[in-house]
Amino acid sequence: MRLVSRKNANLLITLLSLAITIIAIVPLLWIIGCVIANGASAINLEFLTDTPAPYGESGGGIANAILGTLIINAMASLFGIPVGVLTGMYLSEYANSGKFSSVIRASVESFSGVPSIIFGIFAFTLIVTAAQHYTALAAAFALGLMMVPIVAKATEESMRVVSDDIREAAIALGIPKWARTVKIVLGVARGGVITGSLLAFARISGETAPLLFTSLFSFYWPTGIDQPMATLQVLIYNFALSGYPDRVLQAWGASLLLVILVIVINVAVKVVTRPKYKEGF
Amino acid sequence: MRSKKSSANYNRQDTIFKGILISASLLVVGLFVALFLMLIRESMPSILGNGFAFLTGTTWDPGKGVYGALPAILTTIATSLLAVALAIPVALGIAIFFTEYAPERSKFPLTLFVDLLAAIPSVIFGIWGLWVIAPLIKTYVQQPIVASIGFIPIFGGPAYGISLSLASLILAIMVVPIIASLTIEILSRTPVSLKEGMISLGATKWETVKHVSLPFARLGILAAVMLGLGRALGETMAITMVIGNSYMWPFANPSIFAPATSITSKIASEFYEATSAIYVGSLIELSLILLVITLATNALFRYVINKTNRGAKRQ
Amino acid sequence: MVSKVALGAILLVAALAIGGYILLTTQPAQPVEITAGGASFPQPVITKWVSEYNKLYPQIQISYQAIGSGGGQKNLFAKTFDFAGSDAPLTDAQLANYTVLHIPETIGGAVVTYNIPNLNVTIRLTADVIAQIFQGNITKWDDAAIASLNPSLNMPDADIVVVRRSDSSGTTFVFTSYLSNASSLWQLGSGQTVNWPVGLGGSGNSGVASLVQQTPYSVGYVEYFYAKNNNLPSAAVRNQNGEFVEPSLASIGEAARQGKSLLSSDVRAAIVNMPGSGVYPISSFTYLLAFKDLSYMPQAKATAIVNFIWWAIHDGQNYTEALYYPKLPSEIVALGEGALRQITYNGVPILS
Repeated sequence: MRLVSRKNANLLITLLSLAITIIAIVPLLWIIGCVIANGASAINLEFLTDTPAPYGESGGGIANAILGTLIINAMASLFGIPVGVLTGMYLSEYANSGKFSSVIRASVESFSGVPSIIFGIFAFTLIVTAAQHYTALAAAFALGLMMVPIVAKATEESMRVVSDDIREAAIALGIPKWARTVKIVLGVARGGVITGSLLAFARISGETAPLLFTSLFSFYWPTGIDQPMATLQVLIYNFALSGYPDRVLQAWGASLLLVILVIVINVAVKVVTRPKYKEGF
Repeated sequence: MRSKKSSANYNRQDTIFKGILISASLLVVGLFVALFLMLIRESMPSILGNGFAFLTGTTWDPGKGVYGALPAILTTIATSLLAVALAIPVALGIAIFFTEYAPERSKFPLTLFVDLLAAIPSVIFGIWGLWVIAPLIKTYVQQPIVASIGFIPIFGGPAYGISLSLASLILAIMVVPIIASLTIEILSRTPVSLKEGMISLGATKWETVKHVSLPFARLGILAAVMLGLGRALGETMAITMVIGNSYMWPFANPSIFAPATSITSKIASEFYEATSAIYVGSLIELSLILLVITLATNALFRYVINKTNRGAKRQ
Repeated sequence: MVSKVALGAILLVAALAIGGYILLTTQPAQPVEITAGGASFPQPVITKWVSEYNKLYPQIQISYQAIGSGGGQKNLFAKTFDFAGSDAPLTDAQLANYTVLHIPETIGGAVVTYNIPNLNVTIRLTADVIAQIFQGNITKWDDAAIASLNPSLNMPDADIVVVRRSDSSGTTFVFTSYLSNASSLWQLGSGQTVNWPVGLGGSGNSGVASLVQQTPYSVGYVEYFYAKNNNLPSAAVRNQNGEFVEPSLASIGEAARQGKSLLSSDVRAAIVNMPGSGVYPISSFTYLLAFKDLSYMPQAKATAIVNFIWWAIHDGQNYTEALYYPKLPSEIVALGEGALRQITYNGVPILS
């Protein structure tokens, strides 16, 4: 005899999952609320177009940091997303349970547990010491590497759950494996790959430690990717902990801008890659 | 009938494509090996100088040349497990609500909300945790608990807000969007035909979820949890601000309201100033240990996946 | 989907191209870019100097990032920084390997800040009492040792919550150097970080200040400029002359003046616990470090660095007090001049 009727169990779970979602939304709304409440007052035209003012002075902006974040994040994505997708594709479609595949899988998964500061030290050892100066390129490498495990895992899992029926239909049509994988399986799994890529992009937008070892910071407009570059991530860190109320407010403003940036990219990508037809068959 | 020439073309294209995939994968492996070797090389002064006492020592005093990492290792494991334990039910709840119960029109704003959380910089989580949450949680949660069941050592006082428990809470909030996003993605891929089968048998929504969607998504959820755990193990900035940075936990004070130090908060706090080879080496050895912990948990996950996935073959 | 990807790629390339064009057309001709960093204590004043210097010489672009004195030293040795800031001077061992000059560029002090509800006055402390508090030997605010220094105050019967730095820092270095020097009861030694037996760890001045402000009956230590910017209470500390002195531009500056003879024999000398009237005892210089031989970098950079530091210890001193850093005494400026004159490029001193 059941303790709870099937109908009631269903109702219970519905309410429980609703309750959990609401509970989860609370801290989110709270922290977003803090960011907006504190940050909105800092945003004005000077904020968006000027370089930072020295501590103790009011005014100044974060424009060079905005540009720097865009440049470095774009370069990191150009490295991290393709490498992640290709690796994920391999693990899903070509890998067997052999040693080679296990090694790849272990490498990808272990990268996801490496503290961000270690990526910074790695990039510093490989690139900055060799070049004898801090460069934005090293930052792109460190951040791109951080993106790889997230994108690869998301790609692998999304492609793995694509039904074999689809693959078999493609084989029956004589489509070669590479086209099957890229155009058909990846096409169906595309949502997951995009989610993973956007998650990875959001992740690197919030990391400071790797940048302190690679692109460091600059008070001026970027002059080249082989030089230090200002980024929102480092600026927020510097300003928030500076103890100057003006700068702390600007740190909140910069965070708001960063969050807006990530949302805009999220929305834009999802709109552009929206499936034309409803999923399901 | 296909001509021999186009078959050969397809074979060549396939080979080239496979080559590209393998190159990318080899690049990842190569970089991982390079990282691992770098960590070993940099931590050599500590491995040789501190020896095994590094893993069992409970005192960290660079001024006297004593480096014991045990409290940090235990703290890292404890905070990450606690964070993921808190995060999994919440993330699952969100994912199930989203895929099964949410009205279509609320889906876009909901996804936006979840992605927003993932976008917030770690240092802002840290500041929010320290300035906003810590005093509140101290007064309204921690101190009442200490007052009522504080005689149990694990809930002992005094409570100051910043602590192992606050760090775990903040970590959990940071990890939820990762697990939730990916779980939503995987759950939505449940073949409709399977679900329709259940519905035609008269199953309720929850029964369909429990018997079809969740088992189908099991491996994907495990992968999402793995990514979330990885994030929790590696998170640096936010933790450093709210964990209290003291070697009290667990040996001097086993309470979850005690200040503690994790591997990442120790590295972040001391790396920039560490100058001697053995000091730097000790901090790098800490991250090497973290890597080993990650490898071990992943291997464990893999084992569980293989056990539950017998018979799933890929062509 | 392919055409959308192509569209996205075109937009991205266009954005980068426009960005690149803007960059190229807004640069002064041939900027001289200098990367520096290190101690976080002088960061506000160095940032101000760099900004003012850039107004005078727009093509000289100097950036300074606070990553800690140790980080500054390491990067200077690796030549990834062109010059560095450090609260702690280099040791003899380090100087044996690297010929680096110390130029004291400003002065600061560590203040003891506290949060005692209903007690909004300045409390008096001595080195011994401070040492015992931060070692956990004195645990209550109404302990006889504290009460006897503050007879007019009604100290509460409450546990002291100690707050100290979790991260390694020059502030801890100054604080612990003072305690090592001035109190025979201090057993933790001195350094950027010590093995604190008690207390909560705050990250940076900001972390310590936050914790002290949030936690009733707490005590901590922060940099003087930080305390001033945030209106934090500071204790009056007894100096060698027996006076209880509050930290101020004058009292910290006085410590520097009293220290000038010490520094002329070794510029790395510490000025904690200086004798003299009106001296605030927890004071210290902070240094800019540069290699004596700058031939390894382009000449324009080397000249710019030397000229900038010269300017900083002269005209730059006009900007320091507004930021709560005392001005350098003229004798110390002279020491800095002497160091700068030693810097050579290809065997020739840069300053004539």
